[in-house]
Amino acid sequence: MMILGTDPLLSGNVDLTVVLIVLMKVGIAFAFLLVAVMLMIWFERKLISDMQNRIGPSVAGPWGILQTLADGIKLFFKEDLIPERSDRFVFKLAPYLSLVPAFLVFAIVPIGGDFRNDNGGVVTWFGHETLVQVADPPIGVLFFLATSSIAVYGVMLAGWSSGSKYPLLGAVRSSAQMISYEAALGLSIATVFLMSGTLSTNGIVSEQSTWNWNLVTTGVIPFIIFVIAGTAELNRPPFDLVEAEQELVGGFHTEYSALRFALFFLAEFMNVITMSAIAVTLFLGGPNGPILIEAIPWIWPPIWFFLKVGVFLFVFVWLRATLPRLRYDQLMDLGWKILIPASLGWFLLIAALNIANDQGWQSWIVILVGLTVISVGALALMAAVRKAKIQRASQAFEEAN
Amino acid sequence: MGYLQGFAVTFRKLWEKRVTVPYPESKRDKPARLHGRHVLNRYENGMEKCIGCELCAGVCPANCIYVRGADNPENEPVSPGERYGFVYEINYLRCIHCDLCVEACPTQAITETKLFEFSFTNREDAVYTKDELVVDESTGLPQHLPWEDWRPGEDLQTSAWMRATSPSGSSEYVGKVAWDSELGYGIRAPEDNQIGES
Repeated sequence: MMILGTDPLLSGNVDLTVVLIVLMKVGIAFAFLLVAVMLMIWFERKLISDMQNRIGPSVAGPWGILQTLADGIKLFFKEDLIPERSDRFVFKLAPYLSLVPAFLVFAIVPIGGDFRNDNGGVVTWFGHETLVQVADPPIGVLFFLATSSIAVYGVMLAGWSSGSKYPLLGAVRSSAQMISYEAALGLSIATVFLMSGTLSTNGIVSEQSTWNWNLVTTGVIPFIIFVIAGTAELNRPPFDLVEAEQELVGGFHTEYSALRFALFFLAEFMNVITMSAIAVTLFLGGPNGPILIEAIPWIWPPIWFFLKVGVFLFVFVWLRATLPRLRYDQLMDLGWKILIPASLGWFLLIAALNIANDQGWQSWIVILVGLTVISVGALALMAAVRKAKIQRASQAFEEAN
Repeated sequence: MGYLQGFAVTFRKLWEKRVTVPYPESKRDKPARLHGRHVLNRYENGMEKCIGCELCAGVCPANCIYVRGADNPENEPVSPGERYGFVYEINYLRCIHCDLCVEACPTQAITETKLFEFSFTNREDAVYTKDELVVDESTGLPQHLPWEDWRPGEDLQTSAWMRATSPSGSSEYVGKVAWDSELGYGIRAPEDNQIGES
């Protein structure tokens, strides 16, 4: 019971109805994700072609909306190829290591529920009180971080087990990239924990129920860092070095074909959706929003949730259409020298402010001192980086002569 | 702000009009003087214009036209003159659609339609014979062969380029009719914007 956490559904007797409700939730989440991925791939292709003055998919179904389905069916019937020099077991395992975490993360996202009047998102279905999310573990967002770390294994093992050089290079890149950005991602989420005082996603959303979204209460910077680090975590442009076509053919999935390739693709786009959902949950109040028509109050939280997710999906595609890919050292510089120090500094500032509130200190003095400390730290960091650069350059110069 | 300008560009493109046409379903209008597949024209009384002089074959830079003239049969003449085009073949695997044959023709017998959408499954089919090239006996319109993609109205324009540049592109002849009548059309008006016209 602990793993499903604070869901009131499981606090009383667990009878058949309760089991059926849980199964229904799982089924809905599963089906929703698959349909959403299908629509997301179509949406991305359509939108990016709009941004490039093209038409995009337009033949399968109205506005080409069934294009993804057609592609999926095609991939299903293609020859399934396993390279001779691959590690067969790991090669077959890797796609599932990508896919399963992508599914799992969505389980902790509240997509609806009544959050008015400190209600805590509880709704009543078939006479049972429950939350509109598959599970609400007390470790909440840590579960998200854990599963998204497992997804790194999917990419890494796929590249390694292919027994081919381009996938291996892609895998090396991806493991380095995803691990370094996970630090910034985690630190930016930590400020949310500080403000909400809980790890549970339901708790975080309940905290934001009165328009005090974490976007504002944590001061925008963590949100920006989260979006940038999240984009890098998803291996999406401009951080798609993992599958840089011009350099690595297809990156880690070069040797994959047919259904296994489709699984990677599915996982990739599913991750985009879940990352958007997590961002909405953490920073934009999840399903919170005004109830516009009182007659059907239950329909508005999901609508607000999907609208917010939609905005994120649009922004992800927009980023892809606009920005060129980063060079690898630029990527590492951004991750280690800017995002991690910035998120760490901001985290400390927020922590100091929290303590100031508890102790009754003057908050503007705390902010002033905090910003001074942060800027001194930033200057010291910049000086150190500069020094190191000069040293390296002079060393190289001496070696050359 | 250089970063954000890029985002503005891609966002603006969202609302711009598309120039792409979903091709096989709908087609863009072709220019009136496009060089396409040839036709052999007829006079208004149904007689063929070709006199089998082989000037077109002689001028053809791709050597794709083969003509053999013959004397008209006395009781049922094919063309008004002494001789007619007995064999007339154009090999469309060689033709470059330069329209020199159209310029060379003394009787405006050969002109070009706007049709370029045709394909073959073997080399023999690429050689159009006189039966296929000559315009329809009753309407004067080009024949619609099964492997050609004609759309309504496309078969009306068969001689615009000839009427725009003839004769010799000299500005003294602008607006002057220097060609004979055609089956189905009568004497066609000169094309606008001939050379020298302002």
